[in-house]
Amino acid sequence: MRYLPKSDAERAAMLREIGVSTIDDLFAIIPEEYRLKRDLNVPRQMGESEIIEYFKAAAAKNANGYASFLGAGAYRHYRPVIIDSLVQRGEFLTSYTPYQAEITQGTLQAIFEFQTMICELTGMDIANASMYDGSTGAAEAVMMAVRVTGRDNVLVARTAHPEYREVMHTYAQFWERDGGHDAKEVAYGQDGRVDLAALEQAVTEETACVLVQSPNFFGVIEDIPAIAEIAHKKGALLIVSIAEAVSLGIVRPPAEADIVSMEAQSFGVALSYGGPYCGVIAAKEKYLRQMPGRLVGETKDTEGRRGFVLTLSTREQHIRREKATSNICTNQALVALMVTIFMTVYGKQGIRELALQNLAKAKYAADTLGDSSRVGGKVLFTETPRFHEFVLQTDEDPEQLNARLIEKKIIGGLDLRKWYPELGNATLWCATELTTKEQIDAAATVLAQAPVAAASR
Amino acid sequence: MAYPEKYKYTREHEWIEVAGKVGIVGITDYAQNSLGDIVFVDAPKVGTKVEKDAVFGSMESVKAVSDLYSPVTGAVTEVNEDLKSSPEKINSDAHGAWIIKVELSDPSEVASLLSAADYEKFIAEETAK
Amino acid sequence: MATTKGFIGNTRKVTAHLTQNEPLSFEKSSPGKRAYKLAPLDVPEVDAVSLLGGAVRKDDPTLPELSEIEIIRHFTRLSTWNYAIDLGMYPLGSCTMKYNPRVNEFVSRLEGIAEAHPYQPESLSQGSLEIVKLLQDCLIEITGMDAITLQPAAGAHGEFTGILLARAYHESKGNPRKTVIIPDSAHGTNPATAATCGYQVVNLKSNAKGGVDVAALAQMVNEGTAAMMLTNPSTIGVFENEIHRIADVLHDKGALLYMDGANMNALVGKTRPGDFGVDVMHLNLHKTFSTPHGGGGPGSGPVACKTTLEPFLPTPVLARDGDGLLHWNYNRPQSVGRVRMLYGNFGMFVRALAYTLANGPDGLRQTTEDAVLNANYFRKKLEDLYELPYDTPSMHEVVFSDKRQAKNGVKTGDIAKRLIDYGFHPYTTSFPLIVPGALMIEPTESESREELDLFVDAMRQIAREAEENPQLVATAPHSTRISRLDETTAARKPVLRWQGPPENGVELDTAAKEW
Repeated sequence: MRYLPKSDAERAAMLREIGVSTIDDLFAIIPEEYRLKRDLNVPRQMGESEIIEYFKAAAAKNANGYASFLGAGAYRHYRPVIIDSLVQRGEFLTSYTPYQAEITQGTLQAIFEFQTMICELTGMDIANASMYDGSTGAAEAVMMAVRVTGRDNVLVARTAHPEYREVMHTYAQFWERDGGHDAKEVAYGQDGRVDLAALEQAVTEETACVLVQSPNFFGVIEDIPAIAEIAHKKGALLIVSIAEAVSLGIVRPPAEADIVSMEAQSFGVALSYGGPYCGVIAAKEKYLRQMPGRLVGETKDTEGRRGFVLTLSTREQHIRREKATSNICTNQALVALMVTIFMTVYGKQGIRELALQNLAKAKYAADTLGDSSRVGGKVLFTETPRFHEFVLQTDEDPEQLNARLIEKKIIGGLDLRKWYPELGNATLWCATELTTKEQIDAAATVLAQAPVAAASR
Repeated sequence: MAYPEKYKYTREHEWIEVAGKVGIVGITDYAQNSLGDIVFVDAPKVGTKVEKDAVFGSMESVKAVSDLYSPVTGAVTEVNEDLKSSPEKINSDAHGAWIIKVELSDPSEVASLLSAADYEKFIAEETAK
Repeated sequence: MATTKGFIGNTRKVTAHLTQNEPLSFEKSSPGKRAYKLAPLDVPEVDAVSLLGGAVRKDDPTLPELSEIEIIRHFTRLSTWNYAIDLGMYPLGSCTMKYNPRVNEFVSRLEGIAEAHPYQPESLSQGSLEIVKLLQDCLIEITGMDAITLQPAAGAHGEFTGILLARAYHESKGNPRKTVIIPDSAHGTNPATAATCGYQVVNLKSNAKGGVDVAALAQMVNEGTAAMMLTNPSTIGVFENEIHRIADVLHDKGALLYMDGANMNALVGKTRPGDFGVDVMHLNLHKTFSTPHGGGGPGSGPVACKTTLEPFLPTPVLARDGDGLLHWNYNRPQSVGRVRMLYGNFGMFVRALAYTLANGPDGLRQTTEDAVLNANYFRKKLEDLYELPYDTPSMHEVVFSDKRQAKNGVKTGDIAKRLIDYGFHPYTTSFPLIVPGALMIEPTESESREELDLFVDAMRQIAREAEENPQLVATAPHSTRISRLDETTAARKPVLRWQGPPENGVELDTAAKEW
């Protein structure tokens, strides 16, 4: 076996030195009846070339050469080449959690830079070293708010990602020793944003937090200052979930929020059929002690030189056990490193320029695909500012529409009927800097050929 | 380190100084020494009800957390705000750096606590184990 | 280097060499430099203010401004400050720092795999789904369980999912029950998980052999017990040979046996949890199945279970249609719900499957055998110098204590730090909690005999140093860029982000100014 650095002779010699005659003597403690006496029924050992062939064949069965307008919490942005070359350095790739600070300063300093950049982008004071992803990060942020306020009721905007909401519900149902907190959803209004009047009614003195996503699932930017005011009036915290990190280049950071839960996949992380991605929680400094996950802090060594360490670890499960702020242990360090490199490459100017391009592409896409005189589609919530996603309502059934697009090697917008049946034949479209005018025009042409639209024209 | 005669002690290593209905609570020098450098004190808010032998807060060193147990039942009347910014005061002066003041609801509870001599005997046994 | 008299070992695995200094990227930044070039816009330009109104960002975030070569050097220099498996043995007990094969990385970056959007139509995702299916089938076979979900993002997330399954199972019988039994030797995530799922934790004291005290367990289990969370082999590297009795005791009262699969790498191909009574368990793909630790993640924590728990698995679950195509089934009325968005850390599935294919049944078994062989070799070669608190047979890791060295004031953490000077990453210190001053050593199968012998040599020399020159060990490491860091100040006065120089020119009193 090519990964095992021993010859049979060496194995035999080591067994002799240990003082046993066969390797099975070392497994003698396993009761006889439970010993596996056959080969596992898994594929036979493959050569490296065969492994590559296997995965190439699998890759070929996925979409290849398609233009895609999918977003919805997983975004296709350009990933600078140096990200992959740097994260594949063995010193990053094959290092462990930096508990031994003297020989993991590389990871520690990079995470410290990550924490700083996340603070800069979100307008928060502190940020952790990453969470699993945006959905679990949102759930952890809610639990954090419940701890901070000592209240149990949670309000979640219906404009937040439906799968984030599902995850929050899973976490909420059993959490808290007294049998779970209660997550209620707040409706959206005609403008595609949280219905402020409904929110005002829903928030009470029992509300731990209000969680909204901005830009929200429809791509619309929520009125954060107004929502913050409503939440804070009753002593509830405001959590802002950000699924599209690139938006922060041009959209005002949610400075009024108490906690920001972000998904940073857009910053240089491959779509990879859903993961690994990179969640992160940022917050106001006063909530530091209730922050879940690892934190890196700056300090000095015995000679007065600057160094970095994992700090405030008494919040965590390995010390506090059942009283920990969270059971989280593993984070997304390597993915956070990708995100850090991405932010370093784009830097102060680039993040804005990139976000602006996304804004322009989405504006053109919405104008083109929503040009009802030509294509029979209608963009919803046009009066509200949005980033790079929009909801398109069509006469045509989304399934049929997408099937026609696929014939032209275009993957259209995400069918929203499963989550928002009230919007009718609605699809969620996304355009990024990688979406070309040609692709948008081609999609519009397909839309314009809709059987229903053609008949009504 | 001498354990002040005027204090009463718990087996969880808290001390209390009682004057009338008010008790001042801290941790013993033995406790601070076994915890090491204290970095954070999590004390209850004023008005919180505390119960004898129940947890009322915690104290953190870099790599350990230790629960704080109340020697008496009552309500917190004052919290030592100084410890927020300077938790190290517990290390330098454990018997001076108090954590909370409690208004006792049952002053007779104090009788069941250890005297300085009993406490010293108790920790001598603990260390010998 | 300390100049104390006494024995100073010969660190023959390593020689000190220079590493580059490197400030924070923010400190290197200067305005106007850039490392990116966007393609020209092919659609009309827009005015952000008119589109976004009050929602437009006014200030620019303080991000570094650097050129590409500077960024390459920045992160390359940082990387050289890390220890890594690629440099040598990383004997962290229970962490399983094995070789991370490079073909795993290669195939996970194939375009059709890396660029697959999770919401692509299932008809255009069959390749991804086939990968998920084959990995699921392999893991079910390896664990001897009946069903699996790959959704959990890491081990602790898997524990959470597994205990939710147990809870849903009990609820379906009318009572969620109240407690989860956890041995005192368990990893901290176990009690944290049980609490997160709304259970009270009942601690079970280990017996004199460091294992489960079955008689005490029998007394403890009752109709309120939802499950026991058991790590097998245990955190002291010992197989619970009474595992069948443990399962029986639990099952008699309707409770479930959850196995923390952190140490599954000691069992693969030799025995199967599903055969010895486990109802639900998680796996750590970043341990047993070689996906990279990456400085702390990403992980992946699949949860396998018996048929009785299958209805409760998170949505969606993978199913094959009559036409042979794979699809996600969302119609699962008894499901505990989602534990994360989408389908899990797919990129890790690709790597774990590549590892499984590279091994095959014979390679997987040999891997387990070599891991156990290596740990027992260490035990044999070091037991005369280091205290062995439990003499039960070791599987994939061996746990010593610092009892003999502590007499000279040298603690497990000091020996660990001194190993750094000898060119090794430290073992796991102070865990499991049932062993005071624990040295938890897991070599994994990835070490050659030469590397093992160098480690043995280092440990033996350190033992002598601890006798003859304890101060040298107690102040280690002596060869690193930085010495021991002031963790107390870091925790008392946390500095968790870089702050630019203040505009009024007043120097802040932070550690940064010493640079």
